[in-house]
Amino acid sequence: MSASLQRGINAFKEQIDAPVASFFSSCVRCGLCANACLFHTETGDPKYTPIHKLEPLRRVWQQNYTFWGRFAKALGLSRAVTDDELGEWETLVYDSCTMCGRCSMVCPVGNDIAYMIRKMREGMAAAGHAPEGLIGASQRAVTIGSPMGVKLPALQAQIRHTEQETGLKIPVDVEGAEYMLLLSSMEIMNFPEFIGAIAKILKQAGVSWTIASEAFEATNSGIQIGVSEIAAELVERVVAAAEKLKVKGVISPECGHAYMAIRWEGPNLIGRPYSFRVVHIMELLDELREQGRLKTTGKESQRLTYHDPCQVARRGGVVKQPRNLLNMVAEDFVEMPETGTMNWCCGAGGGVSANERADEIRLKAFNRKKKQLDAIRPDAIVSACSNCRIYLEDGLEEYGMDMPVLSLTETIAEHLAGTEQTGSKE
Amino acid sequence: MSKDETLGEALRQQGISRRGFLKFCAATASMMALPPSMVPAIAAALEKARRPSVIWLSFQECTGCTESLTRSHSPTVEGLIFDVISLDYHHTLQAASGTAAEAARETAIEENYGKYLLIVDGSIPTANPGYSTIAGVSNVDMLKEVAKGAAAIVAVGSCAAFGGIPHAHPNPTGAVSVSDLVKDKPIINVPGCPPIPVVISGVLLHYLTFGAIPELDSLSRPKAYYGQSIHDRCYRRPFYDKGLFAEGFDDEGAKKGWCLYKLGCKGPTTYNACATTKWNAGTSFPIESGHPCLGCSEPDFWDGGGFYKALSMPTEDISRTAVYAIGAGAAAGVALGALNRAKKAKATKAHEKVTINDLEKGN
Amino acid sequence: MTETELLLWVRGPALQVATVIFLVGVAVRFIEILMLGRQKDLAEARGSALAGGLRTIVTRSVPDRGTIQRSTFNVVAGYVFHVGFFVVLLFFAPHILLFHEVLGLNWPALPTPVIDATTVVTIIALLAVLVHRVLHPVMRFLSRFQDYLAWLVTILPLVTGYLAFHRVGVAPPPTLIAIHILSVELLMVVFPFTKLMHAVTLFMARYYNGAIAGYKGVKS
Repeated sequence: MSASLQRGINAFKEQIDAPVASFFSSCVRCGLCANACLFHTETGDPKYTPIHKLEPLRRVWQQNYTFWGRFAKALGLSRAVTDDELGEWETLVYDSCTMCGRCSMVCPVGNDIAYMIRKMREGMAAAGHAPEGLIGASQRAVTIGSPMGVKLPALQAQIRHTEQETGLKIPVDVEGAEYMLLLSSMEIMNFPEFIGAIAKILKQAGVSWTIASEAFEATNSGIQIGVSEIAAELVERVVAAAEKLKVKGVISPECGHAYMAIRWEGPNLIGRPYSFRVVHIMELLDELREQGRLKTTGKESQRLTYHDPCQVARRGGVVKQPRNLLNMVAEDFVEMPETGTMNWCCGAGGGVSANERADEIRLKAFNRKKKQLDAIRPDAIVSACSNCRIYLEDGLEEYGMDMPVLSLTETIAEHLAGTEQTGSKE
Repeated sequence: MSKDETLGEALRQQGISRRGFLKFCAATASMMALPPSMVPAIAAALEKARRPSVIWLSFQECTGCTESLTRSHSPTVEGLIFDVISLDYHHTLQAASGTAAEAARETAIEENYGKYLLIVDGSIPTANPGYSTIAGVSNVDMLKEVAKGAAAIVAVGSCAAFGGIPHAHPNPTGAVSVSDLVKDKPIINVPGCPPIPVVISGVLLHYLTFGAIPELDSLSRPKAYYGQSIHDRCYRRPFYDKGLFAEGFDDEGAKKGWCLYKLGCKGPTTYNACATTKWNAGTSFPIESGHPCLGCSEPDFWDGGGFYKALSMPTEDISRTAVYAIGAGAAAGVALGALNRAKKAKATKAHEKVTINDLEKGN
Repeated sequence: MTETELLLWVRGPALQVATVIFLVGVAVRFIEILMLGRQKDLAEARGSALAGGLRTIVTRSVPDRGTIQRSTFNVVAGYVFHVGFFVVLLFFAPHILLFHEVLGLNWPALPTPVIDATTVVTIIALLAVLVHRVLHPVMRFLSRFQDYLAWLVTILPLVTGYLAFHRVGVAPPPTLIAIHILSVELLMVVFPFTKLMHAVTLFMARYYNGAIAGYKGVKS
């Protein structure tokens, strides 16, 4: 079977539910969502208005699920959505939307636009209008196990390296461990220090954990491209490994959409609740802090700010935990002007980073982040998403800004009490 | 009293002093909304005015208009005006009856052809001319005949002006107004049920003073008396503006003299001079005695949807309609919702699993 | 048709028809939306969907600071015309009389000069909103025919009401009132077929938005 318009429209019809219908019924075309979207504010182009990105989905709703729309359709007064239109909308839905959900926070009638974009992508993908980059990532995720093509030997190499460096044993496939740690390919390839940081912190806290060789990948291209079957298959792998290892919990690492996929979408994708809990690493660390099992020493003297990954904070609900943690180790923690659930996206979430075609507009949109940073001029940015970190670095470089982007977990690990210290920087 | 006497002479013969006459002229000027500088002019004109011949025709009416005129302000200057005009024909007031009366009318028409003033009260039945006849002559025929030689026509009362109560639904006699039948003469409507006496006399005075009909509104009413709404001149208006309303005829609001709008007062859409000239020699007007204005000087006031219901209120039971509509809408909604669900279920059934090999177009 | 007949028609049969179209339409759309349903969330909840939904119904009336700064005109003009419209609709004595008759509810009226001034301000705000819609690139881009239609049927009752109250114009007062009532009936008839439905569905939309977020422990 190949993708077709018919399959796309069919998927739209499947996806439309009461919230979508209430959202489309309520839109008054006030345009406020435009000013909540970095792709619009930084380009000024009206076509990047969030609600406009949903136009084909809206028409399918109107023509199929409203009485006057059915009536108009019966009389031949409305145009059916065409394949060309979906083609035209492809870049709007995938390249210039990170599903960051900022528009969903601003809409005065309460439309959750990101919720609808997620649904619209189901139809776009089924109609063959997903970007090449995401198609490739999805195919690699399913066939190889990682969107970036990271295989088990690569992880094993990083584990050996980490063990040598830290002198700690990195547990793999340990049955009965309390937590099973997931990692994003980005962490494995670009930030392997994360593994060591986790190992140190969990050792101090006395938490038993393991990595599963059969399901270590946290990311889920399925929810980015918008194919529930692919997303479910990837979630099933994690669930199977977690059940096999009889863990009490699964740790979602520093990655935004991975958390969305495994924590919030996962049970709905596979159609059953989990037998284990899922925590973002920030949630776990904050719990340990509360229990007095996470102790730090010394503070960073440099001016730090925290970049909320959209899927972790606004869409995921982990907002105060990273701040509690950061306050443990930062002397000068400063918030960006719009922060927490109103933070601005790095511009690379929701599959945009896997889609090279979007590079240009992504970098343009980064100007929004630049303005935020310019307002507070921090020495370094801390975040809890590897994807955010990489593309923050990319953006900073593009705009000639020199500013390290740190992992919050790693920053905590560096200040762990009772282990050898690198001391506070500067 | 000779017909050639001027009004001034006649008044003085009746013992009305020059001072009293001027006072009356000043009152008239103010009533007609004319500047005080006009008073000498009015006086001069009236002094010299010849008593015109007036024919008064009564059709389908209740004599209330005449009652109003003759009784309320008597004996005053207004009443005397009727002594000094030459009222040559009037059913109720004239002494003559039968053939003699009709002869007086014919004589007046003949002698003053083209100059006499025709006053009409009552509406005219058109469904069957036999419904109302005078001396064997139908109202329609008599009106047409007398109107022919009239200089102007004054339609006194809402019946003559707009059809009035006989015209009210279902209008069994096919009652119509004077202006429905007479198209080629100047007509002054002086509506009201009944009209205010000084308004009638004021209109006649204006005609005598200026020899022309006064400025009229779109309903041919003299603007001097019908230019402002009862509401705009009502002494209870401040309560309306403050949102203080009587909710019943005996509640606290009613006792405190609050606005009667909620009790159906038609003041806002009624144009008349009641609130300023008042009735019974300036004693009061209906709102002052605690009753909402019925809007009697407006066309079709009887059919306005109820005296105790404001003009903006629904005439039918909307609450019941609303309940039925919501019920019907809910039923239709459930039916359409079921169709939508079936369509969605069909789409779910038609769903073919999307695998990594299905992400690109076939051709 | 005389002016009284016209007035009786708009207060009678026309009002009945408009009420039926309005209520049937609103009920149908409301139920159509609800019946599309929503899948039960199988993820472990962090917060209450119900509490989040109810919360957002209220809190979404207050824009975030960034929106106020970036879209000041929309926020101010939008607020003015919405508040103005409802003040005039709900607190003008004759309107309260209507609600009293239809719903059996009664509440105090505002002084007429206040209503009068509010009407003028609301009309000005609506005119400004139209100019903004035509001139602003995003709003012009998004606007469809029904956006202008909805604007028209919203401003008409205000304008005709103002004219009827002040009895301005060539038509006699009962006709002015009839035109005013007719304009409201037009609004009622157009309502279920256009974005005016948002007056009803925004509560559903806000609820769903808040419930989706609240379930995840997010205040939206």
